[in-house]
Amino acid sequence: MAISRRKFLGSLGAAIGATTSGVLTKAYGAANKEFKGYPGSSGVLHDITLCIGCRKCEQACNKVNDLPQPEKPFDDLTVLQQKRRTQADEYTVVNQFGPQGSVFVKKQCNHCLEPACASACFVKAFKKTPAGPVVYDADLCVGCRYCMVACSFEVPAYEYDKVLTPRVTKCTMCAPRLAEGKLPGCVEACPREALIFGERDMLLKIAKSRIQKHPDHYVDHVYGEHEMGGTSWLYLSGQPFESIGMREDLGTASAPELTSGALSTVPIIVGLWPVLLTGVYAISKRKDKIAKEEQDQALHTASVQATEEMNQKIEALREKMVKEKTAAINFEVKKALEEAAKEKEAEKQIEIHEEKDSTSTGELEDSQENGKQEE
Amino acid sequence: MDSDNRIPENKKLTTFNVVTGIILAGGVVLTILRFTMGLGTVTNLDNNNPWGIWIGFDLLCGVALAAGGYVTSATCYIFGLKRFHSAVRPAILTAFLGYALVVLALHYDVGRPWRLPYPVFYSPGTSSLLYEVGLCVFLYLTVLFIEYSPAAMEWLGFKKLRNVVVKLTLLLTIFGVVLSTLHQSSLGALFLIVPSKLHPLWYSSYLPVYFFISSMFAGMSMVIFEGSLAHRHLKDKMDETHLRENTGVVLGFGKAASFIMMGYVGIKIIGLSIDNNWHYLTTGWGLWYLLELIGFVLFPGILYAVGSREKNLTLIRVASLWTVLGIVLNRLNISVVAFNWHLPSAQRYCPSFMEIATSVFIVTLGIVIYRFIATRMPILHEHPDYRAH
Repeated sequence: MAISRRKFLGSLGAAIGATTSGVLTKAYGAANKEFKGYPGSSGVLHDITLCIGCRKCEQACNKVNDLPQPEKPFDDLTVLQQKRRTQADEYTVVNQFGPQGSVFVKKQCNHCLEPACASACFVKAFKKTPAGPVVYDADLCVGCRYCMVACSFEVPAYEYDKVLTPRVTKCTMCAPRLAEGKLPGCVEACPREALIFGERDMLLKIAKSRIQKHPDHYVDHVYGEHEMGGTSWLYLSGQPFESIGMREDLGTASAPELTSGALSTVPIIVGLWPVLLTGVYAISKRKDKIAKEEQDQALHTASVQATEEMNQKIEALREKMVKEKTAAINFEVKKALEEAAKEKEAEKQIEIHEEKDSTSTGELEDSQENGKQEE
Repeated sequence: MDSDNRIPENKKLTTFNVVTGIILAGGVVLTILRFTMGLGTVTNLDNNNPWGIWIGFDLLCGVALAAGGYVTSATCYIFGLKRFHSAVRPAILTAFLGYALVVLALHYDVGRPWRLPYPVFYSPGTSSLLYEVGLCVFLYLTVLFIEYSPAAMEWLGFKKLRNVVVKLTLLLTIFGVVLSTLHQSSLGALFLIVPSKLHPLWYSSYLPVYFFISSMFAGMSMVIFEGSLAHRHLKDKMDETHLRENTGVVLGFGKAASFIMMGYVGIKIIGLSIDNNWHYLTTGWGLWYLLELIGFVLFPGILYAVGSREKNLTLIRVASLWTVLGIVLNRLNISVVAFNWHLPSAQRYCPSFMEIATSVFIVTLGIVIYRFIATRMPILHEHPDYRAH
């Protein structure tokens, strides 16, 4: 159930890419290749049914990692009554479970085959080594604590009290000791062989054969075989894992599988967004251009039309004026002619009168001259 | 009493100055505490709760609410809606300051802040979504700085350089939208890795899409909300174009935000159905989820719709503040409230007073710088020498 649902969600992640980018992308990690761990890599098998809660492993861990001495000594077993998690100065803790408090479970980094911390780290400060351990490089760490967010097993801790040099801390599976050919500190210290170190494939076989031999003694599940894509630490238990503080709802998808869908959309967005956006820009620009052209066209047509109309009007007006002018001229001419004719008539009559007058005055003048001469 | 109603030329003791002065002084003290005593003293963070409000509020909300930059510049320059032109500069300035303050806030949160360039320049962890966020925020901050720079150059009188930068507008806008799409969604994708820790109602493989889509209406709402604040306090710095176009910007973004919010509610319901999480709705978490989705997305979305239909600017402004609060609620739910929901309450995180005060300090710092710039540089008005229209 959980498997199919996770896978379904994973492919949905890729489908997001499809909806946003239009191209179905599948990430390399999620699709066709399954990483089963480095061949021959080491791990530890923790048989919970054998653990007696002596805290020798905690003590050894403290010693080999040069951690500060805890407040309560390691032989004080009252500590077990509290549920503890790993801390900056405690890479491993043993917790007590069960009705009689008879079940003891050791907790430390599970050294995932595909670690969430390494996948989440944005400076590659975490690394899964081919030998098995997941190791941390404090020289790269920025201290963003995303690894702690990402870890489903709630393992990495942080040195919150260090001001300038805080580190993320966790179990290293004693990688430096392994390199020297030694056993991890806790494994070496365990008096009951509740911890066995070896090749992971071998440990799986041992675990399964134990279940087969004592089916009533063990829960039929090797915790860590598939959880979160598989871990280098494996667990056998007589109680349901959920009841001893180990989550059974984590699913089998590794951390990279959960994020690969989202990551795979990145290059597609980088590739397609500029094309899409430039296209949108070009369309809006073209719309503006066409709108402007249409406007100009309309303006032009309107102005041409207006000019023509105006010209026609002017022409009509001119014709009218010309007509009026001619009419007026004709009228004036006629009038003038008429007047002239009248004047002529009048002049004629005057001339006739004048002729008449001049004859009478001539007589008068003559008589006057005559009169003067007489004096 | 005093008949003389002259306003003093250099009035320094205003309420604004006194309050911000106190907050900034407090911020200096907190900064010293943070970098002398460490995160353990200042914050309530612990090994189970490595991220608090400095990530949940300062980073997630800061980036979402600074989305107005890419939304507005894309509206104006890519979609060609020129009537949004006067809203671009204030939005770009807010975005630039928002991102700058996000980066500043990260210096408080991470253990060794001087290594913040490591992921980009020294040891890139390309399998991490946080790497993508980091790279995009770094690049986008650069883009925003260049986009903002013409305002500063007009103020300083660098005419030639300003004209060169202005020619890059379209390129920068496209680059900005690409980067914003990537990191807005990646902030949601950060939580894809923890189906085991985030409550199923908030966990979804659609988280990146939800974050990206919600950043759009977050950005629009911030432009509207911030515009109404600027109108009240910086009106004398606005020119006629800005005042004339403002109503259109408020109505336009109000309508668009309402539209996108309805779509967002739709895809949230699709996500709910696909994961078949309906049965969680009857639990306490379900009620909280419904409060977020109905009370702080659907409701303000309807307010926006009614407001833009009736051209009611006040209603739209109320809706914008409501939406902004909804975004804050959503981001805090995902990063803090519904994160680690499986842990017993004694192991849950609650921010310390000093964490909250530091966040308040950083927001205040942003407001003070915004005011400083907007009262001096051509942000809310056009520089008389460089009128576009």
